[in-house]
Amino acid sequence: MRDGSATPLTRELLGLARDVGPSGEVAALLIAADSSAAADLIKHGADRVLLFEHAGAEEYDGELWLTTAERIARDIKPRALFAGHTPAGADLAPRLAFRLESAVATGCLAVAVEDGEFLFTRACYGGNVRETLSIRSAPAVATIKAGTGVARVDSARRGDIVCVENVALSLRTRVIARERETASGTSLEDARIIVAGGRGLDGPEGFRVLEDLAQVLGAAVGASRVPCDLGWCPHSWQIGLTGKTVTPDLYFAVGISGAGHHMAGCGNAKSIVAINTDANAAIFKEARFGLVGDYRKLVPALIEALNALERDTV
Amino acid sequence: MHIVVCVKQVPDPEAAFSMLKVDEEAKTVVPPEGLRLVMSPFDEQALEAALRVRESLGEAKITAISVGAESARNVLKHALAMGADEALLVSDPSLEDCASETAALALMHAVRSLGRVDLILTGRQAADWDAGIAGCGIAELMGLPVVTFARRIEVKGETLIVERVLSDGFETIEALLPAVVTVSNELGAARTPSLRETMRAARKPLSVKSAADLGLATADIERMAARRTRMRLYVPSKTVQCELVSGVDEAAQGAMLARRLREERLV
Repeated sequence: MRDGSATPLTRELLGLARDVGPSGEVAALLIAADSSAAADLIKHGADRVLLFEHAGAEEYDGELWLTTAERIARDIKPRALFAGHTPAGADLAPRLAFRLESAVATGCLAVAVEDGEFLFTRACYGGNVRETLSIRSAPAVATIKAGTGVARVDSARRGDIVCVENVALSLRTRVIARERETASGTSLEDARIIVAGGRGLDGPEGFRVLEDLAQVLGAAVGASRVPCDLGWCPHSWQIGLTGKTVTPDLYFAVGISGAGHHMAGCGNAKSIVAINTDANAAIFKEARFGLVGDYRKLVPALIEALNALERDTV
Repeated sequence: MHIVVCVKQVPDPEAAFSMLKVDEEAKTVVPPEGLRLVMSPFDEQALEAALRVRESLGEAKITAISVGAESARNVLKHALAMGADEALLVSDPSLEDCASETAALALMHAVRSLGRVDLILTGRQAADWDAGIAGCGIAELMGLPVVTFARRIEVKGETLIVERVLSDGFETIEALLPAVVTVSNELGAARTPSLRETMRAARKPLSVKSAADLGLATADIERMAARRTRMRLYVPSKTVQCELVSGVDEAAQGAMLARRLREERLV
């Protein structure tokens, strides 16, 4: 949840739940200070919003969510439980699965129901391999990657809001501080265009060039693992298996070789533009457009050409 | 202070994936002869975190444990060379290529066999199946609190302080020991064992136990394994055709790309 409405990923989860179980009931668990997001959840596919009102619950708290979700799952006995594959979802789902004596599939890219059995397809081996898992115990717990489900809005949808209680609050862990490395502008998860840089940038100043391009396109800036590890950019920019999963319409991979580890985070982008000095880089196999050459010259040339196009259009 | 670090042996994730073969029939990934098997990198960082805790406390015992084939002795030897004091390998045909849930069950039994344990560390996920389940599983099976995706771990008396990575920053979490922590790459690079430590490691105790040795019944393993089944394993096919944008110079290439992006309504 963000600013009183569901996040894009939550909306996708609701759409996914409706798609895999068209005849079933979809319930959304909302832990928040008030019910303001409930209407948005219903509009996007929830038949029922189970609301646990809790002061200060805007932020994910593992123990609070775990005990509440466990209580509700034992009560309503769902066939499946979905969470987004985020730091919160990836923390909650495995713990919940064990607590409910079931199993979990993490980082899922597809969900299907065949003969009443839940099938989850996910990436493994650094995004190079896919496995399809069948969870036979109930509930089938899964974390779902962005871009897997389709958000559908229907303002005429009606649903119930049911308040739930969590009296068994004995929290063994406590959040004592939070610090945000907030980037200005659009977040990577929501961006329609992303400009990302890799080891091939050869240093932190390369990201200034990418920021110029992002400025022209209204894009967000991201990175592969190596520049983050080397301190060229904040860790929060990392896209990949151990970073963020993004699903933009257009993705610029600049100086990125295209290792499976990185592609696991951006492989669902609609179109990829690869800029690399190495014509044999794996990224060209994933890209719709490829440019072989030095980004220091190519990116400014592209910016210039985009500006010229803009001038001609006006 | 007794810290247990759970480590897993995986095919070298830095090696080109083309070296691995997917056996779709058996639904397994087959590493070829000669491919290096290494400690999963996040587990290496979990051990690094344990060593840093020991350095800040001045004293702590570190035990490295693994569930795997006989060959996993090598990753435990690596753990001893990095600085762990003792190692325990759980090796059993009934645990071969087992799923994360089953591995968590075996690791839980292994931890219980070690007497008093204050802190259990493992990587956020293993570099082969990328599941990220085992750490949470051990905690739940043992009834312990868990903090996931740690970038820094500090122990102050009976209190554990962990910086946990978020998508746009980090949070600081306090928990009472004993607890489980999974470690993320933001912790920083793990140390390389020195020659002296490697020599010393040869004399450190490394024991091997079967499931039965740990009181883990085959029926319990089968019950846990039955919760989920791998139905399919395959290499995804790639369908994109790359259009190479060329030109006499960079300016021409840039202009051509801008035009093509506009034609395709991408910008």
